[in-house]
Amino acid sequence: MELKGTNISFKYPLAKEYLLKDINIHLDNNKITGLVGDSGVGKSTLCEILSGYYTNFEGTVELDGQKLPEKEFCPVQLIYQHPEKVMNPKWKMKDVLEESWNVDDNLLSEFGIQKSWFTRFPQELSGGELQRFSVLRSLNPKTKFLIADEMTTMLDAITQVQILDAVLKIVKQRKMGFLLVSHDMDLVNTICDDVIYFNDINGI
Amino acid sequence: MADKSKDVSSIYSPIAKMNLRTKTLLTIGLTVFILVAVVITSLFINSADITTNFNAMNQAPSFEHLFGTDWMGRDMFTRTMKGLGLSVQIGAGASILSSVIAIILAFVGSINSKLDSFIAWLVDLFLSVPHILLIILISIGLGGGAFGVTMGVALTHWTSLTRILRAEIKQINTSEFVKLSQRFGKSKIWIAKKHILPLVITQIIVGTILIFPHAIMHEASVTFLGFGLSPHEPAIGIILSESMKYLATGNWWLALFPGLALLIIVLLFDIAGENIKKLLDPTSANE
Repeated sequence: MELKGTNISFKYPLAKEYLLKDINIHLDNNKITGLVGDSGVGKSTLCEILSGYYTNFEGTVELDGQKLPEKEFCPVQLIYQHPEKVMNPKWKMKDVLEESWNVDDNLLSEFGIQKSWFTRFPQELSGGELQRFSVLRSLNPKTKFLIADEMTTMLDAITQVQILDAVLKIVKQRKMGFLLVSHDMDLVNTICDDVIYFNDINGI
Repeated sequence: MADKSKDVSSIYSPIAKMNLRTKTLLTIGLTVFILVAVVITSLFINSADITTNFNAMNQAPSFEHLFGTDWMGRDMFTRTMKGLGLSVQIGAGASILSSVIAIILAFVGSINSKLDSFIAWLVDLFLSVPHILLIILISIGLGGGAFGVTMGVALTHWTSLTRILRAEIKQINTSEFVKLSQRFGKSKIWIAKKHILPLVITQIIVGTILIFPHAIMHEASVTFLGFGLSPHEPAIGIILSESMKYLATGNWWLALFPGLALLIIVLLFDIAGENIKKLLDPTSANE
């Protein structure tokens, strides 16, 4: 399986200059790739383009030679840094999780999620607890490729390890692709087989 | 309650000791109770109770006739209550109808950007014509009466709620959880129903209640001007316009009490709406 971005260029509608210029990026599910770069250079925008959040960019994004679907479940899923932003504040956690798929109990315990949290609202859980939901939600069986945009940056070291371990286990099990975006070089060096430096691929 | 607090409660009234939530609930309960009582009372008054009695013409307010009697000897209190009930019913019809219009337009606007511009233009158009003029036009066009007035008020009062809902929906549509929902392959209608509606339901409920006072006032004013309900109906507008002829002869109670009663009803709706708004504040969702 191969996620391939070809000649991606993008600028925000009111911006004068391009943020991303002629980016070529090849990712596959045989190795875990890390993406590192300074703040504000466009890593998150690139991640959003790769997972189908934008349609108004130049170039193509293909998964196994096919364009990402716009109206169906997107096989490339993005995990954001801030889980509270990707959850409807009026929804109970059960609904939040089931918006994507019905998770079995084994997986719940693997991610350290307690059933008693299901009846709570997002603002009643801590950041770490929310991020577990956010990650598990994106691990829908239809997901082929996972992009973690600073997924664990806001978490403490222990939670970071717990969540990453659980995710990597499933990624290996299901032979999914995994792109880790991070500022933490130690983390990237430990986990990733390959590291991409954002400034090297951005043609600005 | 413990003995210790006895001295305290003698100094402070029980209302001062309540927390804000209890006070809000109490206010809502009381206002809703009064409004419901008015409507129910009016339903039990039939036209036989408002017959003419020329032995009791133009009487000033007394314990027998709380609001006095008019030039045909009809009890003004009974007439006023009947009129208020009618006003609240028309207000209810009109505000629910305008909310439905507002909800439909706001959601339709969120689906297509061209329709959205059209709806924004429509709101501006309706706001640029004076309300009362439009209500009179629509009311006459639909043949007057309770139906004409209700439609007239309903078709002119959806604008502000549409604006609010449109803005709210736009904001929610740019939120990350909606974008993520689209990536999960959810349709726009699914998102509107599951994501947007729970977040705007507060605005809808409060908006509907706050249209009430406007609807009642406009109903009364159109009727007062003679374009609304027909003269045989005991509407507040009719009562007020008839009383104009007798004010000069010193029958002040004919206008004062019905006018005051209308004002109180309108204020009650406003108080109820404001308090429900406080209660439905998002941060207190799970209290």
